[in-house]
Amino acid sequence: MTGDALLSVRDLSVRFETPDGTVNAVNGIGLDVAPGECVGIVGESGSGKSQTFLALMGLIASNGTVTGSARFQGTELVGLPPRRLNQIRGAKMAMIFQDPMTSLTPHMRVCQQLSEVLVRHRGLSHDEARAKALAALDQVRIPDAKNRLDQYPHEFSGGMRQRVMIAIALLCEPALLIADEPTTALDVTVQAQILDLLGDLRRRMGMAIILITHDLGIVAGLCDRVNVMYAGAFCETAPVGPLFRAPQHPYTRGLLSSVPRPDQRGGALTAIAGQPPNLQMLPPGCPFAPRCAYRFDRCDTERPLLREAGAPAHLKSCHLGGFTESGAVLP
Amino acid sequence: MSEAPLLIVDDLKVHFPVPQPGLFSAPRPLKAVDGVSFTLASGETLGVVGESGCGKSTLGRAILRLIPTTAGRAIFAGEELTALSEAQMRPRRRDLQIIFQDPLASLDPRMTVGDIIAEPLQSFLPELDAAQRRAKVSAMMNRVGLSPQMISRYPHEFSGGQAQRIGIARAMILEPKLIVCDEPVSALDVSIRAQILNLLSDLQRDFGLSLLFISHDLAVVRHVSHRVLVLYLGKIMELAETETLNRRPRHPYTRALLSAAPIPDPSLERDKERLMIGDDLPSPLDPPSGCVFRTRCPKAAEKCAHEVPALAARGAEDGSVVACHFPD
Amino acid sequence: MSLAGQAAPGDALEPIKGRSLWDDARRRLFANRAAVASMIALGTIALMALLADVLSPHAYYDIDYDRIAIPPTFDEQHWFGTDANGRDLFVRVLYGARVSLAVGIVATVVSLIIGVLWGAVAGFVGGRVDAIMMRIVDVLYSLPFIFFVIILMVVFDRNFILMFVAIGAVEWLTMARIVRGQTLSIRQKEFIEAARAAGVGTFTMIRRHVIPNLLGPVVVYVTLTIPAVILAESFLSFLGLGIQEPLTSWGVLISEGANEMETKPWMLFFPALFMAVTLFSLNFIGDGLRDALDPKDR
Repeated sequence: MTGDALLSVRDLSVRFETPDGTVNAVNGIGLDVAPGECVGIVGESGSGKSQTFLALMGLIASNGTVTGSARFQGTELVGLPPRRLNQIRGAKMAMIFQDPMTSLTPHMRVCQQLSEVLVRHRGLSHDEARAKALAALDQVRIPDAKNRLDQYPHEFSGGMRQRVMIAIALLCEPALLIADEPTTALDVTVQAQILDLLGDLRRRMGMAIILITHDLGIVAGLCDRVNVMYAGAFCETAPVGPLFRAPQHPYTRGLLSSVPRPDQRGGALTAIAGQPPNLQMLPPGCPFAPRCAYRFDRCDTERPLLREAGAPAHLKSCHLGGFTESGAVLP
Repeated sequence: MSEAPLLIVDDLKVHFPVPQPGLFSAPRPLKAVDGVSFTLASGETLGVVGESGCGKSTLGRAILRLIPTTAGRAIFAGEELTALSEAQMRPRRRDLQIIFQDPLASLDPRMTVGDIIAEPLQSFLPELDAAQRRAKVSAMMNRVGLSPQMISRYPHEFSGGQAQRIGIARAMILEPKLIVCDEPVSALDVSIRAQILNLLSDLQRDFGLSLLFISHDLAVVRHVSHRVLVLYLGKIMELAETETLNRRPRHPYTRALLSAAPIPDPSLERDKERLMIGDDLPSPLDPPSGCVFRTRCPKAAEKCAHEVPALAARGAEDGSVVACHFPD
Repeated sequence: MSLAGQAAPGDALEPIKGRSLWDDARRRLFANRAAVASMIALGTIALMALLADVLSPHAYYDIDYDRIAIPPTFDEQHWFGTDANGRDLFVRVLYGARVSLAVGIVATVVSLIIGVLWGAVAGFVGGRVDAIMMRIVDVLYSLPFIFFVIILMVVFDRNFILMFVAIGAVEWLTMARIVRGQTLSIRQKEFIEAARAAGVGTFTMIRRHVIPNLLGPVVVYVTLTIPAVILAESFLSFLGLGIQEPLTSWGVLISEGANEMETKPWMLFFPALFMAVTLFSLNFIGDGLRDALDPKDR
């Protein structure tokens, strides 16, 4: 798979030096993204899901260091000088963020913000860029795009602003779009529209999407493959069907059972006990062990590695034998 | 639930004056809550669901008199709260508490956890001495799942889920009758969210609490509520038992909300029927004529622009009401 | 942070001492070298001022007719030399420090009390009360300060206490504005709403929740007000409106020294050095406090 992968990440780690000690935000991530594939990254706050991809984009804070390897279309991204990275970023690989309110410059017209990218990366003239900007707004289904082109960001609603952000990200027709919690700040009805738009754009443009989110429902609808992240590492990786049908890691199972389902009301939710671990002092064994209902001696001493769990593309990092579809524990 | 309801809200309105550009233009009213009526029984959870700007938080705060109401009444245990002065209101606050969305922002960063939880005791039971207060605080901390060892710590030393437990302990310390939960789990991680929801339902069972549970997340609201009230631009769109709402949503907006909420199951999520609605919320300063939802409604007709649909049973026999000319 | 609140199993039920925001700030302040050096320098000057009578055999008003305006010498322990009247400059600089620091501290405390109460009440109560209180501040702001002080001095005669009051009466205006701005933002916080729901009255709210939370910026402003006040006093003394002979202040000494600057530079150098060190130190402490209290803005 490595040969034709669009993005191939191996053993990627991100560390931050803070006055209170070293924070191990990302610990040895491996990931392949094929062209046109939609990969979901699910995790809670502090799991390192955003930092992983900010590191790929060369956007981490100045006190952070990145080690390992991340090859994008054959180019090694880790350690790439900012000038080269700039050529890739925006043109072949784009990122959209959670907060569409702060990602746009408030004092520039939307048209300028769109055409700036084209003039810089593609060397288009201003008229060409404007025509392309208009097409881009049409593409993300902004109604009456012609008249809205000269408006300022504050004249757009939250959902419309996220559409503008997507339009900017898509201007140079990137091969990979990284969407970091793209709908978390939006209302559900708006979220449904943005997700629908992302799915549609992916089919039409054949671009790969990495969708970072905390919401399992979003992943279920859009992604082909899902990576569940905990304490800076993937604890389970699987195609979307098997992951939801027969989750193999206790954390994934816990997440799924803590979400209220429409088909069942009342009664206690099966919560995961305790708090996420402190990334400054991870335990020597499994990072999830202190919260795990199935923990046994080996979990405290030996960190589990990602290994095959039943099906070929289904990996988990857990010492347990596994779970059947009905939830019974295998030794 | 034949006894008198604990809380009756009758045609409640909250309008904020919004200054207009121009030196002599009069301020225009922003109708955050515009004629909302419902009842809440003892021990019941009423979910209030709606998108940002629908007035759900304003409604909760107006009932607690944390913001002034423009018109209408809120009657709690037979007493009209909206007619009381600020000074008369203060003793009533013993029975009416609130839990906030952002757990850390709702805790004074300069106070220890013990002092924060004890604050309502200081106001309402000043006769308690320090040792008695401390005993009560420790007991309540135990009850909400916090170790009493943490009593001298400060809010910034806690994670979001624990901070929300502190907020719940503060609201519960006087054993109130009604708690307004304003998006209590929206800021929390999925795995912590379930812990807090379970804690709230335990407390409700043990203390016979009534909850007004405000959230934008229909899945959460459906899980905890007996009845659900759907709010849009300050008006009630639909009010029904949770089961009924789940099985047969009658207002197009409720149906849109239900179909938009993602389900963590690929086969259900990909095959479900979607009712997409436009995503431009009209300005609450300038709401549409007639039915406020008509600009985004797939069923909007001529009638909807002229006539405000009244909240009525419209053929339902189970007490549910809907404000739509063409309910399903 | 995420682990901080978790109980280790088997712990006794002894409460764990929390780290308050003030504790954190103190730790960060003491890690700041410039601020610590400044605190030591300032402490030394203050201690020398207090022990002036022990450190030198001379009194600040003793005139030594044999040694008028001599340069620094170990002879007779005139370390900083003497002034044009033959008084020991070392002891006069230390007495000047007493006056200057006292003016700085007292006037700042006056401005602190009035400013914090005024600003907190205006900001918290809001509405018409706020409008009236802040218009009063605006009116006072527009009075020319020097004019105001000169009139006071002329009407009530020159007087030590009056000068404190005059300077404090001007400095609290800025304090009130800063405090009001802070209060307005604190008033929006959810913990204020939570306190109202807990039945806390307005006055208790200001005392318990508003003032402790605005002390951070206030403390920073205080460290910048003290030098401003010391400078204001020097300025008034330079104009001859300040301290009366034989008592002295740094302003008076600098003013006298400036007259003899070309022939007897030590008379300017020593008081100017002390004042400069003091002002520098206060500014460094202010900077350090700001960084310590607001680590995000660094």
